[in-house]
Amino acid sequence: MAGSGCDLFEFGHRACGGCGAALAARLILDAAGKDTIVCSSTGCMEVFSTPYPETAWKVPWIHSLFENNSAVASGVEASLKKQGRKEKVIALGGDGATFDIGVLCISGAFERGHDITYICYDNEAYMNTGIQRSGATPYDASTTTSPAGKCSLGNKRQKKDLPAILAAHGAPYVATASIAYPADVKKKIQKALETKGPCYVQIHAPCCTGWGFEGEKTMAIGKLAVETGLWVNYEMEEGKVTRAKKVVRKPVEEYLKEQKRFRHLFKPKRNDEEIGKIQAIADRNAERYGIDLKIKKD
Amino acid sequence: MMEIMEGSHAVAHAVKQCRPQVIAAYPITPQTHIVEALADMVADCHLDAEYVTVESEFSALSACLGASAAGSRVYSATTSQGLALMFEVCYNVAGMRLPIVMTIVNRSLGAPLSIWNDQQDSISLRDSGWLQYYAQDNQEATDLHYIAYKVAEDHDILLPAFVCLDGFILSHTYEPVEMLTQEQVDSFLPAFSPYQRLDADDPISFGMYATPEYYMEFRYEIDRAMQRSKKAFSAAGKEFADLFGRDYSAPVEGYRLDDADTALVAMGSICGTAKDAIDEMRSSGRKVGLLNVRTFRPFPGPEIAKALSGVSRVAVLDKNISLGAKGAMGIEVKDALYGSGIPVLDYIIALGGRDVRKKDIAAVVDMAEKNQGDLFYGLRKEVL
Repeated sequence: MAGSGCDLFEFGHRACGGCGAALAARLILDAAGKDTIVCSSTGCMEVFSTPYPETAWKVPWIHSLFENNSAVASGVEASLKKQGRKEKVIALGGDGATFDIGVLCISGAFERGHDITYICYDNEAYMNTGIQRSGATPYDASTTTSPAGKCSLGNKRQKKDLPAILAAHGAPYVATASIAYPADVKKKIQKALETKGPCYVQIHAPCCTGWGFEGEKTMAIGKLAVETGLWVNYEMEEGKVTRAKKVVRKPVEEYLKEQKRFRHLFKPKRNDEEIGKIQAIADRNAERYGIDLKIKKD
Repeated sequence: MMEIMEGSHAVAHAVKQCRPQVIAAYPITPQTHIVEALADMVADCHLDAEYVTVESEFSALSACLGASAAGSRVYSATTSQGLALMFEVCYNVAGMRLPIVMTIVNRSLGAPLSIWNDQQDSISLRDSGWLQYYAQDNQEATDLHYIAYKVAEDHDILLPAFVCLDGFILSHTYEPVEMLTQEQVDSFLPAFSPYQRLDADDPISFGMYATPEYYMEFRYEIDRAMQRSKKAFSAAGKEFADLFGRDYSAPVEGYRLDDADTALVAMGSICGTAKDAIDEMRSSGRKVGLLNVRTFRPFPGPEIAKALSGVSRVAVLDKNISLGAKGAMGIEVKDALYGSGIPVLDYIIALGGRDVRKKDIAAVVDMAEKNQGDLFYGLRKEVL
């Protein structure tokens, strides 16, 4: 029987209190169990969990570089296959490693069809190096390289749609999840690991330090992202969306106003136009994935 | 059995006999014939290996890193820009002490783009922690692969190794090569036994991060392993000589050096031309010899100093240039001879595939005897 996440991802790591990524790591290992090899990118996860001579990982774990975990995982998988071993292989990276610098390696690994599960813990910026913009940073978020200022409203672009890009590679299973829904995360990780071929799971992992909220609010913030429609938990099988979590949507400002990275949209005065644009992103998400819960009226 | 073979095919055959379990490589001229030949062997079931057709050299070595860490014997090959693209991974492979063997078919680096031979590519990775062995001819290029695996996988060493052969000059040339039988190779090179590996039954963490309190000791350990590899190379070379008659146990090889006034120092295929040129010069009474450097990393400084102790001058032929300084080997030979009073002159020669003939070697010796050196040899007149 697989150990619990607490068993396999050891307490005593050095993540911030309330770290969404650390919670993701526990959920991942809880779902995967001990017969798993983790290939990890450079990033917060590596730094807070493996300061030599200590390690928080009770499964075999390897870090090489920022951008190559999926290529390393390809080699691990090939090596296990040759030796007739059956461990599951996970490539684990943050959004910078996944959306940006690592795309070439991920594309190669997915196109070749390795039996690996790529998991991205998405905290929507380069958090380890000081909260810089990545391809996963949402529209209007203020980061240290997309700061809000007199002539700037923060990040000018929407998040890159990486799940769709990887689904287009022929990935049999692609899913998004949020640490605010732990059972759903575990279910999707298990499904990805059980599915033959390259699978992708992207886990929304709020970052209290980078986004600017108190550590005890991580779960609440994660939940608000889903409830506003700015983050959608869905599954794609063989390239088609098969399931998406339905919600009774809340206005996006309930999510935005809780975080310092969107503070410029409310101070010195409320920016209705920009909040409207973000609401439109949520509305498009709702339409695309069909998440609006219809409440039956008698 | 003696066969007339293309260099690349002789190398591929030797690699196959080493029984790699995982191969990951990306094609690049002039390395292509090696990885194509290995792909054919896998396709025809002559080689039972996982062959990962990656999308870049960067991923090639990354996949090799993962495969090696998971406990397989691993092989790759590259050259020039491909090796440059692997730069970041090269340092990690050495730092993680993974005994990967990679053939470098030496080629110049751009810009301008050139597919032809010099040794700038592997020389540029001299500080990365990879063992670097250079072949004079295709027989040596072939045999050094067996030896490289033996040294790299030694549990007292655990370092990756480049086996370097000159692009086209060796890789695409047909020469007689004495190939070993599989039984002979098996008697010399045992099955891979990893010191440690990624294993769910005994989980360990590879490639953690180290604070300033710990980092320096890791570099020290790599340097110590490099130094220890000298003995391991010698021992493997000696065993190879005892079993098969060809002796590569010395990190440097002297040719007509005993009474030489002028000693040439070189690596790779240029040594063959130099030996012929020396024979001609000797027949007209000129006392010239050659020192072939077989292992550039670890650098055989004391062995070089000993071999050159009796000469009046040293002329280094460098197929590379550390721009703004001199050729890499010129600098290191000078360091090895420091305090001896023997002048060391450096010649940057044959960059980007420019041909080297016997008369060029003789011209270098003429210049060295006049104390003219530390220059690019054979430049077009319009740039001077």
